[in-house]
Amino acid sequence: MNRITIDEQYCKGCRICIDQCPKDVLEISTTRNPKGYLIPHAVRSEDCIGCMLCEMICPDMAITVEVSNNEK
Amino acid sequence: MHPIAEKYLRKSALPTIFCPGCGHGTVLNSFLRVVDDLGIMDDLSLVGGIGCSSWVPVFVNADTIHTLHGRAIAAATGLKLAQPERTVVVFSGDGDCIGIGGNHFIHACRRNIDMTVVMMDNHIYGMTGGQLAPTTPFHSKTQTSPHGNPEIPFDACKVAVAAGATYVARWTCGHPRELARAIKEGIQHKGFSFIQAVSQCPTQAGRYIYGLADPAEMVKMVKENSVRLARAEKMSPEELEGKMVVGKLYEEQGKPELAESIYAMMKGRKG
Repeated sequence: MNRITIDEQYCKGCRICIDQCPKDVLEISTTRNPKGYLIPHAVRSEDCIGCMLCEMICPDMAITVEVSNNEK
Repeated sequence: MHPIAEKYLRKSALPTIFCPGCGHGTVLNSFLRVVDDLGIMDDLSLVGGIGCSSWVPVFVNADTIHTLHGRAIAAATGLKLAQPERTVVVFSGDGDCIGIGGNHFIHACRRNIDMTVVMMDNHIYGMTGGQLAPTTPFHSKTQTSPHGNPEIPFDACKVAVAAGATYVARWTCGHPRELARAIKEGIQHKGFSFIQAVSQCPTQAGRYIYGLADPAEMVKMVKENSVRLARAEKMSPEELEGKMVVGKLYEEQGKPELAESIYAMMKGRKG
């Protein structure tokens, strides 16, 4: 399963990643970061296909996707 | 934070000054991937003018010049001629590059000096409060055109091709992978490379021009409005109305490059 980590310190809660994900893996959470932004979290990591679009489009470079290769 | 960002960003300048959802961050993201891919960090010089977009060089831990408004390309020309072995990348906004610095831009294209100019086009002067820019769409309302823009906007890519640039590409922040590829090709290309990165400004352009304050909606809109070059060639001018053609629009190899010509001339004189 691919692991998606979101850095709470740098995320500004713009939600572009949620909108761009082709598999709807990410969703907005109810937790706020120290700056008061609602941050997204990966609710369906098992659906992630590792396209890295969220990671590449994130304006604050807060998302890291680790693709696992041992899965078929 | 992403490992690439950890490696190349200036920690003291973070977090970025960009508003939530600003497309300039995506351009920075794509650019850092190219730097990592090519391993050019040691001989990289970044130049920025004034504006939100010109803050991009400030965040990267490379040699940086932050110049006067519109004079980024002028400063970069001097830098490239003094140290021709360096990789020079200019980050500029639409107002900075083709509005205030339009003259420098046209002449840098004409001279075909080996540098890469990334113009982040958000259709407005974002930092100063949303004034009319040379790329603002016709009839759209801004702070300085409350009854609609009476001017026809610039097509920066056509200007670059006409002025003599040898690599011209246009992508949007909704196409981060393609944008990174274009920046990579631009850096590797010998000669003047111009990349127009159509970016979203949810704070100024979003609220006043498009009536969309949601950055995710703006990315979707920009993406839907763009047509890839291969598809655009099959479309009629009526179908292309209001659309934006994205892709590698022009490439030319073998045109004499300014720094090389100057140094060859100097060598000839001495010898």
